[in-house]
Amino acid sequence: MIAATVGAILLASVTLYAVLGGADFGGGLWDLLAGTTRRGRAPRALIDESITPVWEANHVWLVFILVIFWTAFPHAFAAVMTVAALPLWLAVGGIVLRGAGFAFRKEMSRLGLQRAAGAAFAFSSLLTPFFMGTVIGAIATGQVPADAAHASVRAWTSPTSLLTGFLFVAACAYLAAVYLVGEAARRADQGLRTYFTRRAQAAAIIAGALSLATLAELHSSNPVLYDRLTGRALGLVVLAGVCGLAVLTLLTTGRRTGVRVIAALGIAAVVWGWGVAQYPVLLPRTTLTLSNAGAPHTTLVALVVLFVAVVVLIGPSFILLFSLQGRRLLHAGEAAPLPDIHTQPRAAPPQPPTRHPLANRLAVLGLVVAAVARRRRR
Amino acid sequence: MTIVHGVTLLAASHASEVVPARAQMATTLGFHIILACLGIAFPTIVLIAEFIGLRRSNAVAMTLARRWSQVMGVLVAVGAVTGTVLSFELGLLWPGLMRRFGAVLGLPFGIEGLFFFLEAIFTAIYLYGWRRLPGWAHFWSGVPIAVSGIFGAMSVVAVNSWMNQPGGFTERDGRIVSVNPWQVYFNHAAAYEMPHMILAAYMVTGFLVAGVYATGILRGRRDPYHYTGFAIGFVPAAVLTPFQIVVGDTAARAIAHDQPVKFAAMEYVPRTSSNVPEWLGGVYVDGHVYGGLRIPYMDSLLVGFRPSTRVTGWDIVPAAERPPVVWLIHLCFDAMVALGFLLLLTGLWAAYTWWRRRRLPAQRLFWLLGAVSGLAAIVAMECGWVVTEVGRQPWVVYRLQTTAAAATTNGGVLTSLSLIIVLYAVLGVATILILRSLASHWRRSDAEQPAVPYGPAPAPRDAGGIDIEV
Repeated sequence: MIAATVGAILLASVTLYAVLGGADFGGGLWDLLAGTTRRGRAPRALIDESITPVWEANHVWLVFILVIFWTAFPHAFAAVMTVAALPLWLAVGGIVLRGAGFAFRKEMSRLGLQRAAGAAFAFSSLLTPFFMGTVIGAIATGQVPADAAHASVRAWTSPTSLLTGFLFVAACAYLAAVYLVGEAARRADQGLRTYFTRRAQAAAIIAGALSLATLAELHSSNPVLYDRLTGRALGLVVLAGVCGLAVLTLLTTGRRTGVRVIAALGIAAVVWGWGVAQYPVLLPRTTLTLSNAGAPHTTLVALVVLFVAVVVLIGPSFILLFSLQGRRLLHAGEAAPLPDIHTQPRAAPPQPPTRHPLANRLAVLGLVVAAVARRRRR
Repeated sequence: MTIVHGVTLLAASHASEVVPARAQMATTLGFHIILACLGIAFPTIVLIAEFIGLRRSNAVAMTLARRWSQVMGVLVAVGAVTGTVLSFELGLLWPGLMRRFGAVLGLPFGIEGLFFFLEAIFTAIYLYGWRRLPGWAHFWSGVPIAVSGIFGAMSVVAVNSWMNQPGGFTERDGRIVSVNPWQVYFNHAAAYEMPHMILAAYMVTGFLVAGVYATGILRGRRDPYHYTGFAIGFVPAAVLTPFQIVVGDTAARAIAHDQPVKFAAMEYVPRTSSNVPEWLGGVYVDGHVYGGLRIPYMDSLLVGFRPSTRVTGWDIVPAAERPPVVWLIHLCFDAMVALGFLLLLTGLWAAYTWWRRRRLPAQRLFWLLGAVSGLAAIVAMECGWVVTEVGRQPWVVYRLQTTAAAATTNGGVLTSLSLIIVLYAVLGVATILILRSLASHWRRSDAEQPAVPYGPAPAPRDAGGIDIEV
């Protein structure tokens, strides 16, 4: 029971990383595809402005996932890290280049250097989710033995693994484009809104097609998982599909209320569909399950307590960050001194705070969760 | 015969991955620890500047706080990614360690994750909230960063000190069956390692900041801007230095008791005995110390305050359980202590002049010392890490698991090591170049509108995304 709770915590963290961090990678992809300096100027500026204040906080989910994984399921962690070492190293390289390239580009003054840093950021935004996807593919197809001593290239280069890699890339691009439609709309920039709407639609179709292809491939590469995805996890699989179609419809009709939430929900449904289908097995085709992967009861209890603390402390902090960003109170490149503000108290923002559906909804959700958690603690 | 040969070959091929794996961990950790120090302590330094700026309406301090924020933005990004590399490396280089002890040492890491979250979120609010958040609200948005930096550092050091003094768990048949998180976190070595590292972080950061402005002053930029920048970095670092020396001395005595072999390597104590001399410098090879200054009885005096104190030598364990290259451990320890005292003297010099004359020393030597103080603090800290990590070898978890047993069984570590050295070299050079270009940008804008602090401030740089071109 406690092991299942920790498994759910791990899956929840993966979900948050996918819908928050995934969109940051997707932003890098659209940056890569934005074309020449002149043509790509406007979309790149929007991407940069939307990612800058939040990517580091979103990135912490990855570190948190690693920590929960190795603490709660050390045997499975060691196996994955050994077998999938190569794609993981490549993802690590991508993480370094993505973060550094993104942070450096802003501070560089010469166009050539900016291009180099921007290219590092954009290319690694493509490679990192791809390699992460192949690792998940290797796990899902049961290519990670429990007592592995050596890395295996075959494990993560099966058709299913490669498809999962492409699916991750497409899902990141899809999420980012949907979020950027909202950002463009909030800035009343009709041109960029159309620009990202079209890209969101294309990415939605590609991601949908890749999902179906991956599912079909699973039929032969891991029939047990396939049966469960179309059995006990069918509801979630259908929900993912419905969310994708709903986003496509809403984008086509030009509505923007709830689009981001539905898109994020669709991705969450995929993650949880996988989790429910695999439950309680950690590494398919091994005997490693949630409850026998190496951690004693007390460790698992401590992790649950830690997660409650994370929800209570981090939830409201994230809500604060996202709502400040949603109201456009956070701006990059303005730490340099400005004429009108030194030591005088600053005036209230001149602009009325615009509504930010995702942040507001997250805020309400976070507060409810925090309240429940607090009550439970008492 | 063939079997023996095969086993030897196997052992050799395995051992060949341990050394590159250790080298890679040392490279990435040695790089990240500098950024980690800045991550822990720089927010406090920036907040001190902002506090002075707000409280005393000091425009110079306010300008510094704003500019340092921009520096912080670059450093936090690089620190976040190099820290992530370390998280992955724990699994990719040391799967044996994580497989056996992940459930134990993972808990302090989890607590660190909590504080890393707080740090990242409030850093974003602080860095990008300069324009729209009103004065004191902006200041307070930075306080959680400073606080979580300290708790985050405590949590990471908890893991390292646990590796030095493991405890708080029960292992049966190779499986961890119960864990006491409290005893893991507050293990035996945590009491001295935690304050030692946090003080080191503040010293590295403070002296680095001071060093930047001391260099400017040496180059003739003797203006309130440079003196303020120097003082905001130098004063906290210099004030903390004597405390660091006391903590370090306590730590060394505790190590003599808890990890005697490491201590024996630090101080060249081959045989357990009393009346042990202290060696300053010197290279130990095959029972002889070449060079170096020998102070009779001093080591016994330092450990137990009297010459008759028995100090444990490395002869208590078989040769296979002794750390390699004792001279490296000893020289690093001596360098750390010597640099600590150099920094202490620099601080005392400033304090004395301030006491007598109410100003900073005018001598060029003082400013030279100030200029290199940041580098000295970094070298001292890196030496300290060499002492504690190489000194624990051949163990990764003291007396429980060898580093060889923890290392990956995958080949190719030399390849990842080479690539990571190239990547980090580029990263380090790019970071320094960017910080320098920011500095020269600010100097230019100050030159255009002289006396920044008193006149109107220069126009803002182009906002974030607008000047991005690819």
